[in-house]
Amino acid sequence: MEPKKQSLEQDQILLNPILKTGKGFYLAAAILLAITGGAAFAYFKQFVLGLGVTGMSRPVFWGIYITNFVFFIGISHAGTLISAILRLARAEWRRAITRSAEVITVLVLFFGVGNILIDLGRIDRAIYVIYHGNFHSPLLWDVISITTYLTASSIYLFLPLIPDIAILRDNVKKRRWFYRFLSLGWQGTEAQKRRLEIGIAVMAVLVIPIAISVHTVVSFVFAMTIQPMWHSAIFGPYFVVGAIFSGIAALILAMAIIRKAYKLQDYLKPIHFNNLGILLLIMSLLWFYFTFAEYLTTFYGAEPVQLKIFYAKLTGQYAPYIWSMFMLNFVIPFIILARKKTRTVVGTVIASICVTIGMWLERFTIVVPTLINPRLATGTSFYHPTWVEALITLGCFAFFILLYALFTKFFPIVSIWEIREGREKALAEVEERIRTYLPGEVSGEESG
Amino acid sequence: MHRWGMVIDLAKCTGCQACVVACQAENNVPSSNPEQAELGRSIHWMEILTFTEHEYPNVKIRFMPRPCMHCDNPPCTKVCPVKATYYSKEEGIVGQVDLRCIGCRYCTTACPYNLKSFNWYKPHWPAEMKNYLNPDVDVRPKGVVEKCTFCGHRLVKVREKAKLEGREFNPDEYIPACVQACPSGVLYFGDLADPNSKVSELSKSIRAFRLMEELGTKPKVIYLSEEV
Repeated sequence: MEPKKQSLEQDQILLNPILKTGKGFYLAAAILLAITGGAAFAYFKQFVLGLGVTGMSRPVFWGIYITNFVFFIGISHAGTLISAILRLARAEWRRAITRSAEVITVLVLFFGVGNILIDLGRIDRAIYVIYHGNFHSPLLWDVISITTYLTASSIYLFLPLIPDIAILRDNVKKRRWFYRFLSLGWQGTEAQKRRLEIGIAVMAVLVIPIAISVHTVVSFVFAMTIQPMWHSAIFGPYFVVGAIFSGIAALILAMAIIRKAYKLQDYLKPIHFNNLGILLLIMSLLWFYFTFAEYLTTFYGAEPVQLKIFYAKLTGQYAPYIWSMFMLNFVIPFIILARKKTRTVVGTVIASICVTIGMWLERFTIVVPTLINPRLATGTSFYHPTWVEALITLGCFAFFILLYALFTKFFPIVSIWEIREGREKALAEVEERIRTYLPGEVSGEESG
Repeated sequence: MHRWGMVIDLAKCTGCQACVVACQAENNVPSSNPEQAELGRSIHWMEILTFTEHEYPNVKIRFMPRPCMHCDNPPCTKVCPVKATYYSKEEGIVGQVDLRCIGCRYCTTACPYNLKSFNWYKPHWPAEMKNYLNPDVDVRPKGVVEKCTFCGHRLVKVREKAKLEGREFNPDEYIPACVQACPSGVLYFGDLADPNSKVSELSKSIRAFRLMEELGTKPKVIYLSEEV
């Protein structure tokens, strides 16, 4: 095939966010920027005065920064993992959603790592982790695992972007040099396509074990200590399940906003929300199963140090958090998602909002109650986050949304070439594939 | 090879806090204020824990001096990402280097005795005390973790002194500030690796116990209970 200009045809609407920017966008960006600015001020105060401006104390040495760290790293499982699994499973409905998922991963990882840095008493010495790293420390495992994940998921985001960047280079008048540089000379030749396909396939396989390792290692930060209700073998898989759970919820929310803001109802259809809703339901059930197993073993074993925290959570100081978490992560999503009638765009969005809040509460009720009830308790302790912590947390969310919105202004948030590939090639391929599953047809040598 | 350890005879402790004051002065431990103390942010390398039993008028208060346990199997050193807290094989002391600490507070959460302190703010002393800081001990900056070192700087000092005088170092010369200050002889200090030392002998007492022995941390602070 001759190298030709990458044209657009009927997917012109996908370029609209890049070509035109309305008042609404600037207004939203200004608000997000203002919150981010507030958070920067709060951090500056903390940096100058010390962590005393937070609500932390002895023994509550970790608070909502560490909660945010676990939460954001969890959200990062939205993208790469879901997109990779759907790609490998050849789920055709993935085409419109993979890009928006992968962007979440890459961006949110910075906020996961960022919260650890914000939590450091001496951020100026953070580099010591590399100079003097102690490989016995689960925090070092985190550093390695998250760095690998960030690298892999950035490559995994970039590879499927290349053909779309070439489309931008050939169809958009502004920022030409930028797109020319990033398109790496993509012409859409057969050889290039084959190489890209192999690249994406390899990365999709690679990224899955890396993603699982990331949240397992995050859980190890807690599970490797001997503190009650942290020291649990179930924590690795429990955290991974929670991560995918919150990740899907975040993806649904992102898709709903994109759909509304950029009028992409024709691309992000109710069927996508329905399918993701089913995945969310499965994860909700899995999450409940793990939570149940964790709490029942603690209760039945009835070790006093464990029970103290168990009751602090279920009937004590943290009961409102735990029971809201239970409602938000299980009861409400289950009621909405179990029925096809309510598994609509609005339904899945409501469920996702619940799950996002619920999973943050879950991370919080893992971190704080254990710290507040130490083995050697000499008095009652408490933890109330201050405005500094609250504003920094809010700023993280605002800045993340801002960066995400900016991405949509530079690159198509729905993969143009993959949609087109679906239209031109996959339709026939799927029919062929189904034929190989059936008796009496060609022997299924193509797909095992 | 030494295993420096402490024996604390709870039957003798009057809760006078002399050990606490001696420690604060010796180790440049910053002073606190009522608001910060209320928040649980006062720094104590040595602290007297109190346990109240029964109701008034039969109330009984028990005192328990609590330095760092200097575990032989410390849960805190494993988790430190930068080796700012470490176990010294030569001395058996768990060290804490404030110049290395990045302030992640992983060691503080991993310590089951909950005894490490963090500098939430820049350390502060009343004006009258500023000129009386111990030059042998670092003044810690804000944002780092600190804890009892068994007055490790005193060990360095007596070692150097012995070397200068060209003689063998005598373990009896090494005494932490709290042990030196205790007026009722509650605290004993010495080498647990030496089977003939006073602390070794006391550690075999029928009254001897270690804090949370069942966790396998192997503390080198040994308590003698009030009753047998």
